[in-house]
Amino acid sequence: MAITNEQIEQKLTEKFGETVSHFEDTFGMLCFEVQKEQNLKLLQFLHDEPELGFTFLTDLCGVNYPDDKGRELAVVYHLHNLVSNIRIRVKVFTAIDEPNIYTASKLFAAADWMERETFDFYGVHFIGHPNLKRILNVDEMDYFPLRKEYPLEDQLRIDKDDQMFGRG
Amino acid sequence: MSRPVRYNIHPIEANTADSITYVDPPKGYEGDGFFTTKLSEVVGLARKNSLWPMPYATSCCGIEFMATAASHYDLGRFGAERMSHTPRQCDLLMVMGTIAKKMGPVLRQVYLQMAEPRWVIAVGACASSGGIFDTYSVLQGIDQIIPVDVYVPGCPPRPEAILDGFMKIQDLVGQESVRRRNSEQYKALLNGYGIQ
Amino acid sequence: MTDHHIILPEGSIEKQTTTLNLGPTHPATHGVFQNIMELDGERVVSTEQTVGYIHRAFEKIAERRPLYQITPLTDRLNYCSSPINNMGWHLTCEKLLGVETPKRVDYLRIIIMELARISDHLICNSIVGVDAGAFTGFLYVMQYRELIYEIYEEVCGSRLTTNIGRIGGFERNFSNTAFTKLEKFLKEYPVALGELESLLTRNRIFMERTIGGGAISAERALNYGFTGPNLRAAGVDYDVRVHSPYSSYEDMEFDIPVGKTGDNYDRFLVRNQEMWQSMRIIKQAYEKVQSFKGADAEVYHADVPEYYLPKKEDVYTKMEALIWHFKIIMGEVDMPKGEVYKSVEGGNGELGFYLISDGGRAPFRLHFRRPCFIYYQAYPELIKGAMLSDAILTMSSLNLIAGELDA
Repeated sequence: MAITNEQIEQKLTEKFGETVSHFEDTFGMLCFEVQKEQNLKLLQFLHDEPELGFTFLTDLCGVNYPDDKGRELAVVYHLHNLVSNIRIRVKVFTAIDEPNIYTASKLFAAADWMERETFDFYGVHFIGHPNLKRILNVDEMDYFPLRKEYPLEDQLRIDKDDQMFGRG
Repeated sequence: MSRPVRYNIHPIEANTADSITYVDPPKGYEGDGFFTTKLSEVVGLARKNSLWPMPYATSCCGIEFMATAASHYDLGRFGAERMSHTPRQCDLLMVMGTIAKKMGPVLRQVYLQMAEPRWVIAVGACASSGGIFDTYSVLQGIDQIIPVDVYVPGCPPRPEAILDGFMKIQDLVGQESVRRRNSEQYKALLNGYGIQ
Repeated sequence: MTDHHIILPEGSIEKQTTTLNLGPTHPATHGVFQNIMELDGERVVSTEQTVGYIHRAFEKIAERRPLYQITPLTDRLNYCSSPINNMGWHLTCEKLLGVETPKRVDYLRIIIMELARISDHLICNSIVGVDAGAFTGFLYVMQYRELIYEIYEEVCGSRLTTNIGRIGGFERNFSNTAFTKLEKFLKEYPVALGELESLLTRNRIFMERTIGGGAISAERALNYGFTGPNLRAAGVDYDVRVHSPYSSYEDMEFDIPVGKTGDNYDRFLVRNQEMWQSMRIIKQAYEKVQSFKGADAEVYHADVPEYYLPKKEDVYTKMEALIWHFKIIMGEVDMPKGEVYKSVEGGNGELGFYLISDGGRAPFRLHFRRPCFIYYQAYPELIKGAMLSDAILTMSSLNLIAGELDA
């Protein structure tokens, strides 16, 4: 018996009360936010509760909302219940000055590298991560390139004239 | 259960007599039992028809190189049958694919390990100029770290284009003077890259 | 200790294991991966991987590009099966824009996607053969991959990084030559695939090398986020084509091959079997394409004036078409606000696109769920205790594509 989005919402509000919010249905996928202190408990609950059974972590990524003060960074989890084939999206917001979020790598082995990637791109610090260091970029890099404030192009290059590329 | 076995039921005898072509000998004086020519031309002839490439394939162009080296396009026809993956044994470094900044030092190390004479061919837009990836993480062309002899455009180039680039290299190799590597100009070029 | 014993210098044999650096340019890594292995004799004790050697910042580039300019980026993710990536991206855009594609377009897409799957699996399986010592298979089947590339060329003009299709359909109708080439492929390829199978599947050497190597249980595989053939080899019948059908896959009749132990041999068999299934799908889709009559048989795109380029002759003669052409090419069309996750069954697993749009011309954020990036984490666990040469084989049987992994 497949569980509907409304039932999931109801179950989560019963268990977590105010800490889960902003439930919405985007293209058939349930999407909601959870306070960052509760993220691991929520994921664990979604994982362990037999009726929910979100045991598969499809995706984990970061997003930067520079204009949203106090909620600049978001970590987005895509979870999948493979038995009843339901996907949900969980978002955790955090301030950019204090980007600490509990790691999900103990729960999902898949989260390990995806969290490292998120750290590499956005500088989200995952508390309790076994090996939190840069994964795709060079270790010497001193900024987090996917944050909106940093440009795409390499600022040190001299061979390409910005004006010729319409970036003057 | 017997295993399905197929074999060539109608074998065609390969006629190799007509399919062997010889390269033209270099210019020189020929007489009874002797032939004189320039040393550099003989050396060039030998070198260009037995280049040992080192495929440095990182991404998409590497897949096209696989097609080039495989049976359909067959790079072996040009004397480059022997792919070697150790730089120590190679004459030709074929850089195929994006070289990220993280990869840059590795590529340079590979180039330094190659013995002279060595040639470099940059296959594809990424290796030549960074291609569509004008980003913080991609090296904007391998000629920033090592000297390049031939650039092959394309994203990725077709196997024919890679073959054409290879033939260009062969022309260069065939015409190169044996003393070029000792010339001041060549030393200055390497010094420009910080290679002694 | 007597006088006869050779006394080694202090501390020289304290370290019982050897550290071996494999990569990033090692030929056996098929791409740019670095593995620093701790070896006890020839057995792998532990491994540390380094990736990112061709990190190209796709996700950052995508934040600057209008939708149709992102298609060339997706080409370069898994370049062995770029049409699947292209289609996945188009499907994502269509989901956001609410575009309904005609059935004929869906079937044509299926044909192209399954051809791409075949070429992907073909490379992977033949390379597994190469790493086990059989170079013949690779050289032989590469000719048949060329047949697939010829079909791509006929459809879109490009071989490897295809940039095939547009939002809403294809840029042009399939020509008769494309269908003739497809028929030729359908006729010739099964023979070659059968020969590859008879070369390897029951080959004693190959079986000895692959059975039991790199095995993973279904539970661990799920925990590691495996998808695609690698997960199916471990015994989980998860396939995006069946679970969340896209592009009318629900109209097709096919089986999902499932392995048992998740070892290299099972992965090989699953991929082989999937190629046969892909052939089945292509045949069905081709029949369905041919069953369209009259005006329906000419349909090759949906009606999306905001994103689908108008015909060239209209651009030259009609004002409106010219305006649309200009707006699309310059990327001046704003897309609707919203968040979309769409996944397709890529060559090596669930390829997902997570697109956040803030209503601008370019995505606010685009994240690619790259299957290899996620399952490559399991590599140290897969090869722990294995021989070094089997570790290499495991790596190639996982079908790791560096371009996709590093994005």
